[in-house]
Amino acid sequence: MFKAFLIKYAEIGIKGKNRYLFEDALVKQIRNGLREVEGTFKVVREQGRIYVFTEGDFDYDETVQALKRVFGIAGICPVVVLEDNGFEDLAKQVVSYMKTMYPELNKTFKVHARRAKKSYPLDSMELNRELGGRILDECPGLKVDVHKPEIYLTVEIRQKIYIYSETIPGPGGMPVGTNGSAMLLLSGGIDSPVAGYMIAKRGVKLEAVYFHAPPYTSERAKQKVVDLAKLVARYSGPIRLHVVNFTDIQLYIYDKCPHDELTIIMRRYMMKIAEEFARKDGSLGLITGESIGQVASQTMQSLACTNEVCTMPVFRPLIGFDKQEILDIALDINTYETSVLPYEDCCTIFVAKHPVTKPNLNIIKRSEQNLQEKIDEMMRMAIETAETIEVQ
Amino acid sequence: MEAYLDNSATTRCYEEVKDIVVKTMMEDYGNPSAMHLKGVEAERYLKDSTQTLAKLMKVQEGEIYFTSGGTESNNWALMGTALANRRQGKHMITTAIEHPAVAAPVAFLEDQGYEVTRIGVDSQGRVDLQELEDAVNEETILVSVMYVNNEIGSVQDIAAIGERIKRKNPKTYLHVDATQAFGKYRILPKRMGIDLLSISGHKFHGPKGIGVLYIGEKVKVHPVILGGGQQNNMRSGTDNVPGVAGIGKAAEIIYQNLESSQAHMYDLKRHLTEGLKKLPDVVVHGMPVEEGAPHIVNASFVGVRSEVLLHTLEDRQIYVSAGSACSSHKRAGSSTLTAIGCSKAELESSLRFSFCEMTTMEELDYTLEVLGEVLPMLRKYTRR
Repeated sequence: MFKAFLIKYAEIGIKGKNRYLFEDALVKQIRNGLREVEGTFKVVREQGRIYVFTEGDFDYDETVQALKRVFGIAGICPVVVLEDNGFEDLAKQVVSYMKTMYPELNKTFKVHARRAKKSYPLDSMELNRELGGRILDECPGLKVDVHKPEIYLTVEIRQKIYIYSETIPGPGGMPVGTNGSAMLLLSGGIDSPVAGYMIAKRGVKLEAVYFHAPPYTSERAKQKVVDLAKLVARYSGPIRLHVVNFTDIQLYIYDKCPHDELTIIMRRYMMKIAEEFARKDGSLGLITGESIGQVASQTMQSLACTNEVCTMPVFRPLIGFDKQEILDIALDINTYETSVLPYEDCCTIFVAKHPVTKPNLNIIKRSEQNLQEKIDEMMRMAIETAETIEVQ
Repeated sequence: MEAYLDNSATTRCYEEVKDIVVKTMMEDYGNPSAMHLKGVEAERYLKDSTQTLAKLMKVQEGEIYFTSGGTESNNWALMGTALANRRQGKHMITTAIEHPAVAAPVAFLEDQGYEVTRIGVDSQGRVDLQELEDAVNEETILVSVMYVNNEIGSVQDIAAIGERIKRKNPKTYLHVDATQAFGKYRILPKRMGIDLLSISGHKFHGPKGIGVLYIGEKVKVHPVILGGGQQNNMRSGTDNVPGVAGIGKAAEIIYQNLESSQAHMYDLKRHLTEGLKKLPDVVVHGMPVEEGAPHIVNASFVGVRSEVLLHTLEDRQIYVSAGSACSSHKRAGSSTLTAIGCSKAELESSLRFSFCEMTTMEELDYTLEVLGEVLPMLRKYTRR
């Protein structure tokens, strides 16, 4: 019965003179999100609103699911579209709409008519009154409540007539592409895809880097990361993923530095390499899935230590989250099942049984002096030989 | 150079198998159940394959049933006999080293109220015959024993098992999972006291998705896949003509040179085993070379994680499989290696090399050379 969707957006409504930029971005993201949905869709912006019109047959559930993944959408209202065949017909249709949508007939309602087509014989106030009266007459059980109605029935009179009363909550946030781009350090774990999702939700386009360590990590581990990037891309749009071969650097650190500092030193080089890619791609920040104290490399001291190598801001959207809170989001955005596939990731292979938990920056820097001879060349090689995958 | 040493996982199809599979898909593609000529043409392939297999095993054609593979054959044998003989008794016997395709349905039946005895094995993977015989009682409806173990290649003395079971309880059936054995040994069910035998096509150069369950004519088995009544009402579903034609052709070819292929594989096995034993800290598992299966060598490279070694070899175009699927979070150790009493260090570092008659000495020399080269490097970098 629904032939269109009214898209409600929250924050971009208040962006002043830049508003059109945000609206255009949202329209673009909606089109992108509906690309793979069965059906033909027309996304139009008119009078400060965005409508998705459908043409011919379409899959309602799939459409709603796709729209629920577009950041910037606060709510999705399924709309019944009618031809203007006079008031009598409209009244009949409105009553039948109410009976179909609320068959229990035990709620309170209010009619909110908007007459955009001023040539319509009844004005908004009259429409409210007349339609409300009809519903009361024909749907015993429904009651009017003009202050806190359970059903807020909107009837918009334009070239055609739109009826809607339900709002399906959207993901909120801002349309991707309105807030620059940032480089996500993507591992195969649970946290980093969630971190990417959260930053993308604020309108940031994502790039990603993954550190691959063959033969210690397998082709399947890499495939898993590509799959995770794909899952995040359902929300964020296409992601450019850089796969860096990190084995040589890892083994070099293993050879030259104290074993309990291995993870922290390794992560410092990962940040450096990620920042290089960010610079090349025009990204202005890094994103990690770190959360204070979750593991040895994420204590306050460790975070300070890894942060020290970067000049770009490092965004850590999960910083104050407990593991369970992160898991909940991962389940919600469907990355959890892929994240828990049991393939080794490069952070865990050589991890010391008792890694330092309170690294001292000066000591770490002194250890890194042992790497001076080859590390710059190795980093250059790692960056040059990285494989780039465009994940859609 | 490429060395495919994972033939126990699956094999490459014979050219002739490919040809006949293509023919049944493109030319003689009828449904054997159809009444017209196209159906009759297709049915001929079923008859030919059935005849070939029956002849090779010296059984009757009516005792051959086609399934979707080893797993279905095993499931059917276990569930089907359990269902058909529950008034006879509710006791089943199996071993500690069975493939999951046997172990899992047995565990399911155990949940359903059947009593299960699992017989242990010695350090070479040999089932204790006395323990097995002692476990058979009045209530025992089925004993299920694998012919060749898929992980370490240990071989059971099936004929002796058959004899001992029947001596104790003539009504007890013997099911043999011969997935890894068919095409390596001449298996004659009637002479070995086997009542049910599972075979899988792709383990001997046939197609995937096709298997056989031999069911002796006097054996009571309930069908578990019901429907259109194909295969004498015992296993419904449109006949998989390409698969059936393919498995028949593969069996025909592999039996032509079975003895010489077997001898060649024993040469390979001897060569690889000797080479492995020269490397430091390598433990070869299973029975002495000639007692075990000709095509499987399992060894632990202590101090190197199997997954890492596997990927290192893969990088040099050597394809093997890891004895146990493991990860840093969950270590689901191999059941066979655990059953023969391997240490944790051995479990974590085991690899399986498996051949076919096409495997060459050069492939093994190359593998040994690469192992000699990479092991010291891999042992240097370990988790401390």
